[in-house]
Amino acid sequence: MEEEAHGAAAETASDYINHHLTNLQVCRIDGEWVWNHCEAGLFSANTLNVDSMAIAVLLGFGFLYLFRRVAKKATSGRPGKLQTFIELIVGFVDGSVKDAFPGRNKLIAPLSLTIFIWVFLMNLMDLIPVDWLPEAAAAVGIEYLKVVPTTDPNITFAMSLSVFVLVIYYSIKIKGFGGFTKELTMHPFTPPTRGVGIIAAPFFIAFNFILEGVSLLSKPLSLSLRLFGNMYAGELIFILIALLGLYQLPLHFGWAVFHILVITLQAFIFMVLTIVYLSQAHDTGH
Amino acid sequence: MNFNLTFIGQTIAMIVFVWFCMKYIWPFIMGAIEARQDEIAEGLAAAERGRSDLAKATGESEQLIAAAREQARQIVDQANARAGEIVEQARAEGAEEKARQLDGARAEIEVEINRARDELRGEVVAIAVAGAEKLLAREIDPAAHGEMLDRLAAEL
Repeated sequence: MEEEAHGAAAETASDYINHHLTNLQVCRIDGEWVWNHCEAGLFSANTLNVDSMAIAVLLGFGFLYLFRRVAKKATSGRPGKLQTFIELIVGFVDGSVKDAFPGRNKLIAPLSLTIFIWVFLMNLMDLIPVDWLPEAAAAVGIEYLKVVPTTDPNITFAMSLSVFVLVIYYSIKIKGFGGFTKELTMHPFTPPTRGVGIIAAPFFIAFNFILEGVSLLSKPLSLSLRLFGNMYAGELIFILIALLGLYQLPLHFGWAVFHILVITLQAFIFMVLTIVYLSQAHDTGH
Repeated sequence: MNFNLTFIGQTIAMIVFVWFCMKYIWPFIMGAIEARQDEIAEGLAAAERGRSDLAKATGESEQLIAAAREQARQIVDQANARAGEIVEQARAEGAEEKARQLDGARAEIEVEINRARDELRGEVVAIAVAGAEKLLAREIDPAAHGEMLDRLAAEL
């Protein structure tokens, strides 16, 4: 298997692309650790994408280390260059939160900061030329390596569903279970409450519930699929460009420059939508 | 798509990271930013205070200078007046002295005139006597005519 994977001469374009898009997986089958031969269903509870997980956690720790170092020495006096830079980011996130979120909540701003920086760093892995890390990994005997964690739906869905759980939690906490149920069933069409029309009320409620349920469930879905789709497509184009031989150099440069915008924008959108969804969960307006 | 343990791992990692960020990063950095904002606001207020204090002090000093100038002017005026007075006084004294000396001199002259007149009178008497002697060509007995001559001298 390993010889096959490294037989560069025999490698077709399709193999090359597939190789880049395959996670390094480990699973436990019959009491033994098995690498890269795990079942490939939609859900597999015993498998772990080692590469996505390790890179995501490493980048997360990198983010926490850097910010913690600044936070520990943070002074209200004349700040150093690093502190100024970190404060710029924190101030930017704080501004975004204050713009979109009217209430006071100690969780939302740090959550937004973590999401923004972490997603940005994970997206940033996309700018490392596609062959460097996989080749380096192959050199030490690691067969597969998918470098960009946000091209793994596990990562994006885990983040968006965590946000979704928070949305549900705050909806119920702020509006009460009754209020949240009412929001899901009494809008946008108010069911009739008197007269003969009352027999139609259950249909109104069912219709509203379907409508609002879809819009509620589409939030985490769109949040994660947008990030995953953008990064996956971007990575795929990098891989395709890498197949072009010498022509890849200008093309890679152009796409990478454009991608700087994409990765920042995607991280920003993920953060802003998180804030917006959570502020909707806090909104008792209607 | 293959959903697996990575999903759960990532969820746990996210919870831990967000918790850490909320507990150990955000409050410190935000605290520093807000403290600095307060300090800047205080500094600006202090500068504003200093500026108004300066304006007040400038006004006060201008008042003081004006008062001092006024006082100096008064002193100079007084001094001028006093000088004028002294000059007047000196002039008056001078005039008085002059008058006094003039009077003295005049009295002295009077005395001299009187004396000279007395001498002249004596000499006139002698001349008159000598002339009369010559006119009469004879000697007059001074003793016999002395009374008459004295009366003549007194009339002159």
